[in-house]
Order: sequence, then C-alpha cells, then structure tokens
Amino acid sequence: MERREFLIVAGAAVVASAMPDVSEAAQRTAALKILNAHEGETLLKMSRQLYPHSRLNDAHYMKVVQDLDAEASAAPATAKLLRDGIAKLDGMTNVGFVALASDQQLAVLKKVESSEFFQKVRSTEVVSLYNNQDVWEVFGYPGASYRTGGYLHHGFNDLTWLPDPPEQASPKPA
Amino acid sequence: MAQFNLNDDSVIVIIGSGAGGGTLANELCQKGFKVVVLEAGKRQSPATFQNDEWFGFKQLAWLDKRTTSGNWRVAKDFPNLPAWTCKTVGGTTVHWAGASLRLQEHEFKAKTIYSSLKGANLLDWPIKLADLEPYYAKAENKMGVTRTNNIPGLPGNNNFKVMYNGAQRVGYRTVHTGRMAINSRVRDKRLACQQLGFCFQGCKTGAKWSTLYTEIPAAEATGKLDLRTESHVLQVQADSNGKTTGVLYVDKDGKRVVQKARIVCVACNAIESARLLLNSTSSRFPHGLANSSGQVGKNYMRHTTGSVYAIFKQPVHMYRGTVMAGIISDESALNTKRGFTGGFEMETISLGLPFLAAFLNPGAWGLDFASMLEQYTNMAGMWIVGEDMPQETNAVSLHPTEKDQYGLPIPNVHYDDHPNDVAMRNYAYQRGAAVYQAVGAVRTIAVPPYPSTHNLGTCRMSEKPGDGVCDKWGQTHDIKNLFISDGSQFTTSAAENPTLTIVTLAIRQADYIADQCAKGNI
Repeated sequence: MERREFLIVAGAAVVASAMPDVSEAAQRTAALKILNAHEGETLLKMSRQLYPHSRLNDAHYMKVVQDLDAEASAAPATAKLLRDGIAKLDGMTNVGFVALASDQQLAVLKKVESSEFFQKVRSTEVVSLYNNQDVWEVFGYPGASYRTGGYLHHGFNDLTWLPDPPEQASPKPA
Repeated sequence: MAQFNLNDDSVIVIIGSGAGGGTLANELCQKGFKVVVLEAGKRQSPATFQNDEWFGFKQLAWLDKRTTSGNWRVAKDFPNLPAWTCKTVGGTTVHWAGASLRLQEHEFKAKTIYSSLKGANLLDWPIKLADLEPYYAKAENKMGVTRTNNIPGLPGNNNFKVMYNGAQRVGYRTVHTGRMAINSRVRDKRLACQQLGFCFQGCKTGAKWSTLYTEIPAAEATGKLDLRTESHVLQVQADSNGKTTGVLYVDKDGKRVVQKARIVCVACNAIESARLLLNSTSSRFPHGLANSSGQVGKNYMRHTTGSVYAIFKQPVHMYRGTVMAGIISDESALNTKRGFTGGFEMETISLGLPFLAAFLNPGAWGLDFASMLEQYTNMAGMWIVGEDMPQETNAVSLHPTEKDQYGLPIPNVHYDDHPNDVAMRNYAYQRGAAVYQAVGAVRTIAVPPYPSTHNLGTCRMSEKPGDGVCDKWGQTHDIKNLFISDGSQFTTSAAENPTLTIVTLAIRQADYIADQCAKGNI
C-alpha cells in the first residue's frame, strides 16, 4: 500500500502507514505513538459505529485511529480532548464502552454526538476512512484514472440499462 | 519572462491570474501594454496535478483562514470554508468544471423584471446582453466552447445517460452535454478530453480551458508579461488626489515591496477582491478604497446551488468521465408560476468517494448514511445552479479581531438565504428527484450547497455611483485607474455559471482600457 497523505479539515497533515490485518487488540494498538491500548481499542470501536460497514475490517478502521493518534502526538490539546472523551464514554455505564453490546455503544454515542470530542473523531474519520485505496477497492471506486488513459476507452459510457441519448444531445466521441 | 522594475509606473498591475486576471493580462499584453500579474499562489501544471481529491484540494484551494456567519448551512458545516476557490496560477480556472453559458437577456434587467420581489437589493446591470454579444463570441472562440464555433459537443457519460433519460420522461426538452470549455477534438494545440473524471483537480490532459496553460503562456510569449507568483498583495495604494499609485505586496521571499502602477486591476475572486479594497484605507477613503458608496463587500452572491444524488438498482459509475458535461436548461427560463422568480440550470455532477463522504450530508453519521455510501457505484448526481437574490447584508467584511499571517484582518462571509432562494432550491430538489425517479431511482438525496464555487457581486457594476462600486466597464466609480476585473463585478448572479461572462467582461475591459489610454484619459 502506498503511503498516503491527505488533508484533515482541522489543519493537520498526517502520513498513514500500512497495518497488518490482525485481530488481537494489543497488536492492533501496539504501533500507536501516544494513545494506550485501551484508548486505541475504544476509538476503534467508536469509529466502527460512526460509519458502519460490515464489508470493511478492523484494519480499515485502525487507520482512523492511527490518524487521531498522530494528531494527538503533535497537539497536546487533541490528546487531552480524546482522553477526556474516552473517559466520558467509559463513565456512562458500569462496564466501560468497549464491553458494551453494539446497540448500547450506539446509544452512548448518540448522547455525546454534539460534543467536541465526538465531532473531532467524526470529522477525522469521514476524511480518513474514505480516503483509503483499500476501502475504495471494497466499494468499487478505482481512484486515479490518468495512469490508464482515462475512461474514454474504459467504460465512460458503457451503461446499458437505459437507451443511449440521440446524437444531438450526446455526440459520438472523435 | 519580462521583468519590470518596481518603480516603473507605466505598468498595469493585475492582482490575480484567473478567468478575469489571466485573460485581461493576455489581452493587454497582446495590445503592447507592460503587465505585472501578482499571483498569491504557486505555478502548477498538468504534470503536477494528481487524480486525487484531497491532494488536489490541499494543492490548489485558497485555505487562508476565513470565518462565516448567517443562516446559510455552510456556516454550520464548514465555518471556516465559505468558498472552494483557488490560490494558484490560473486561479479557479484550474479547478472549474468548464460549463460556459451566456447570461440571458432578462437577467441583465433583474430589478426591472423581478420588480415585485421584496427584501432584495436588486439592481439592473448598466449593460445589456447586446453589449456583450460580440465579446461572448470572442470568449467562446478563445475558450473553445463546445456547440459553438463548429466545435462538436462532448460525448455523454453514464451520469449524463441517466440524466437524459429521466429528463425526457418528465418532459424536459433542452437536454444535452452542455456548452463546455473542454476540447471534444484537438484544438488550440490542446488535446481532446480523455474522460479522466478529475476535472476539479486540474485537467491533466489540458483539454479543459484554464488560463494557466492558455492565456498566461500566450501573454508570456509577447515579452510583455511579468508574472510574479507567491506574491500576496496586502494593499492597493492611492495618492491624495484619489488616484491609484501602486500596490504593496509580500514577495516570494517574504519581503514587503511596492510595485508602482499606471493602472491597477483587482481580480482576486469576490471574497479577496472586496477584502483587499476594505484593507486599503486612506484619509480620503476611510472605509476602503473606492468605497464611497459603502457597497464594497456587499451584495455577495453564490447561486442557490444544492445537489441531488440518486441511488439505482444497477451500476452508473458516475465518476467515469467529465464531471459536468450534461445540462437541462428548461428551468432557467423566467416562470414565476413556480412560486419564485429567477431560474436555475440542472447540470450533471459527480464526486469521488472521498468527497461524497464529506459533502453528501455534512455532519451525518451512522448506518443509514454509511449504507448510502455503500451504493456509490450505483449513484448518479446533478448540481443546481440558480439565481440567488442580492441582499446588502450578505457581505464580505473585515473580521473585527482576527488577523491573517501578515497582520491584516481576515474576511468574514455573511450569508442569509432569501425566501426566494429557499423556494427555488426546494423546487429544484423536487424536480431533480423527479428526473431520477422517472428512471427507477430507489432513493434520492437532496444535498445542501457546498462551500461556494461561484462567488459574485461584492464590487458590483451600477449605473449610479451610489448603488455599486464600478461602472459598465468595471472601472471603479471613485478611481479612474482602478478596475474590478473578476466576478465581483456581477450586479446580479443570473442562473448561469459565471466564468464565461468573467472572461467576456475581461476581453471587453481590455478594449476599453486600451481606448482610454490612447485618448490619454487614464
């Protein structure tokens, strides 16, 4: 996977790195710079609730956690925001956020959705999750087309479940 | 590249290198004038563009801090991003989609024709369509607009096929692949469109017209253009007689320098042009240069915009090919029976998955939203471009406390929808949905306006000096040798994408400047 650089609207540029597809929480969060295993796991579970796709695996969502972690390591205010937010999520039940059933996690998140913490995670994720070539592959979005010469000869008008428009409306290519 | 001395007061200084500034620079250079273009951005090229949405945004967009206010949804969802315009050589012609429509005759007389509308600061343009027709023709030829000048229309992509078929079934009759400044054949030494689908990120084949690789190189070839990049203008200076004398700017090395000028032309796009004049105060102009009317910054317009996306049971792959070569023009006509005044165009649009996630419903999250994105390859989309009403309180103003990296007040953009804007947008959402439902859409999504890509009216043309900032030539009422050369000039927004008209006005303004200089009037 290529190194990818993208813009988080809040202003921090982040370089994401590849993660092996593993299921152990500790291994997943081992490479985080500043967030600990529990914090990483909590954000992972949270990110899976915010934009749920059963076809995506934990590795896809870990990229979001890594991006939050990178920003937190560069900005103490972000680190505090995330940590305080995670603590708040944990404090809302007796068992902590990670241990909750999915629908209960969702209920907790709905209660905090106007908080700065929630919006920080959400706004980071909406960029980070969907700006990932591995996610594009799952969704069928090819990304760059220049390398293969564009779509003129690669299906730009290949839709067949509707009739072709007439020549006056849609002239044939040269 | 020519290099003119900072003290050479015979040069014409143009601030901005986009549709207005870039075209004006070339036209004046061709006539033999010495021109200094000061461009805040860097010089990119088709080689440095990438087919990557967030990369392109970071590379090309104007990202200096701004604030927003008013009831427009942009202020809530994108409080620091009122507009998506460019800071780069070529300006927003690098990012634009190429739609090139002439304004309609009645749109130049918006006050007279829409006379019964309350609460809008309507005004007739001080020019008529007939005044612009010869220049529209020149612009269409210059830009290579399809369906003009014997240039065939572009071939329609899948997104257009869906629009066309839906449009036919609901009774629309003016539906085609648009009048686009994108080569359908090799022309003007630029390639034909290869349907890359990344028009917004800079055209990597150069098929889409942009001043970056047309007007600017043509001007350079005359030996009369001195283009200075990464040169950010802070103030336009004037003497005690109320004449512009030059501009203060920060050069590539961070040094503050003054370039003297015979004439200054402001073409920074509507937010920065207004801010520049407001930041250029003097004892004679305490409220900003050329602002005796108080209208600088006011009457900011951005079109009603809004989009409709639709999900189908079968694939569309809307991202394949041109972003905007498809149009339904039926609704652009004046027809108050619909419950609002003014008209709107319906144009195909597509976004890649990254941008769709960010803009389909800003702030949304959860299973329902995610399930829409899962249908990405089965989506079609259209963009609504409609005439919004000028209001004096919709305005670019100087932030009372926040300063930019140079210590100058940043701009705040205030915008409240006029009831007419809301009525038009809601009607347009319904019509867009109807088009898609007619061909089997299982779901349609009404999408709120994006950060504004059309920014207009903040230094508007007016017949009477008290009503606006410049006259029918774009010459400011207050200062003979100061011109407005971008979309800030627009008296009203009309229903059409503005770039063709901005280029047209620039060609005409160049003729006027040349004529006035020859007569010794400037």
